[in-house]
Amino acid sequence: MQKVDSKPRVATVWLGGCSGCHMSFLDMDERLLELADRIRLVYSPLADVKEFPRDVDVTFVEGAVSNEENEHMAHIVRRNSRYVVSLGDCAVTGNVTALRNKHSNVEIIHRSYVELADKTPSLPIQFNTVAQLLPQARPLHEYVNVDAFLHGCPPTADQIWFAVNELLEGRVPVFSTIYLRYG
Amino acid sequence: MSVLTLTIDEHPVSAKPDETLLDIAHQNDIDIPTLCHLDGLIDVGACRLCLVEIEGSPKLMPACTTRPQEGMVVRTNTDRLKKYRKMIIELLASEGNHQCAVCVVNNHCELQNLAYAVGLVYVRFPYLYPKKTLDATQESYIIDRDRCVLCTRCVRVCSEVEGAHVWDVAGRGISCEIVADMNQMWGDSDACTSCGKCVMVCPTGALIKKGANVAEMEKETDFLKYIVTARQKQEWVGEYLKEH
Repeated sequence: MQKVDSKPRVATVWLGGCSGCHMSFLDMDERLLELADRIRLVYSPLADVKEFPRDVDVTFVEGAVSNEENEHMAHIVRRNSRYVVSLGDCAVTGNVTALRNKHSNVEIIHRSYVELADKTPSLPIQFNTVAQLLPQARPLHEYVNVDAFLHGCPPTADQIWFAVNELLEGRVPVFSTIYLRYG
Repeated sequence: MSVLTLTIDEHPVSAKPDETLLDIAHQNDIDIPTLCHLDGLIDVGACRLCLVEIEGSPKLMPACTTRPQEGMVVRTNTDRLKKYRKMIIELLASEGNHQCAVCVVNNHCELQNLAYAVGLVYVRFPYLYPKKTLDATQESYIIDRDRCVLCTRCVRVCSEVEGAHVWDVAGRGISCEIVADMNQMWGDSDACTSCGKCVMVCPTGALIKKGANVAEMEKETDFLKYIVTARQKQEWVGEYLKEH
C-alpha cells in the first residue's frame, strides 16, 4: 500500500479476545477526533481492510493467540510493525481466553457447537470453515516479541490514550503504578 | 533480656534475641514484602519473598524465620533481592491460573498487589496452565486451587488457631496442593467447624465465600491478632483457672 501522507500508521488487531479492549479504544470518545487528525488507521476490525499492510508504525493487539489464524496473524503483525503493543490481559497473560486450557479441544468444540446449540448442532470442523484451535490459548509475547504491555480487562481508555501518545512521541510507554493493574 | 544491636539497610537498630529480622524491620518502618507471613501465625519461610542479604553469608535468608545476631549487617532491598522477588511473583503467576478479571478478590488480592510492587509488566516464563480442581462441597465456602499460591496460611490458621487441622499439603512439585482431611471433599470433612478463618487469611481468591461476585470480596485478617493476643494474655480464662 502506498503511503498517502506522513502521519504515523497505526493498526489494531483482534485475536482471541471478546472485543472489550477495542470497545475501550472507542471509549476514548472525543479524543478519537484528535487522534484521527494525528494518525492514519491502516488496519482494524473497526475498519474494512482485508490484508494487514506493510510499514505500520504501531499495532495494538487484543486477545490471546488461540487458533492457527491468530498465530499466523501474530507473525505478520510483528514482521510489518515497528512497535507491537499487547492490548489487555488476554494478550498479556491469556486471561479469560486461557480458561479453556484445562479442557481438550474436542471437549470445547463439542460443548460450544453441539451441547449449547439451539437449532442445528453440528461441528464446524467438518466444513473446514473455522480456524483450527491451538492446543492452548497463550499470551502474544510467547509467539512474537512485544514492545509494550497494556494491562487490564479491559485497559481503560486513559491507559490506551497514554500509550498512544507516548508511542506517537517515539517513546515506548513505561507504565507506572497508576497504569499497572491486572483484571 | 539482653538487647542486640545490628544494622538494617545502613540503619543501626536494636532487637531482642527472640524477634525475627522481619519483626525488627517492621518496627523500624523498613518495608519487606511478604506473602506467607501473617501476624498471629507461626512463620514457615515458604514464599521466600522476604529474603534478605546478610553480610558474610553467601546464602539469602528469609527475614521471617531468621533471628538477629550482635553486629549483623542486613540488606533488604538490593538489586539482587529485587530480581529474585520479581522472579518469585512471575513463577507464582505462571504456575497457577490467576485470571484476575474473573476472580472474586480482584483489586483486593495480595498477589496482585505484590505484582504491582515488583513492577510485573509481563511474565517471562511460559505459563503452565495446570489442571487444578475446585471444591464447592462445603456449605458456605469454596476452595479454588487455580488461585492457590501454597502459602499454607489456611493450614496454619486451622491447626494453630481453630485447632481443627482440616487443611494439609499433599503432593510434590507442580502437583502440590491443599487438601481437606485425608484428601477428601471439603464438604465431607467432619473436622471442619465452618469457622471461615482459612477463607479470611487466604491472600488470594483460592478460598472464598459462596455467593460473592467478581471483585466483591475483601479479606479481613486483623481478627487473628485479637484472638492470638487474647489467648496469650488468657483474657477468656476465669480467675480461678489462671490461679490453678
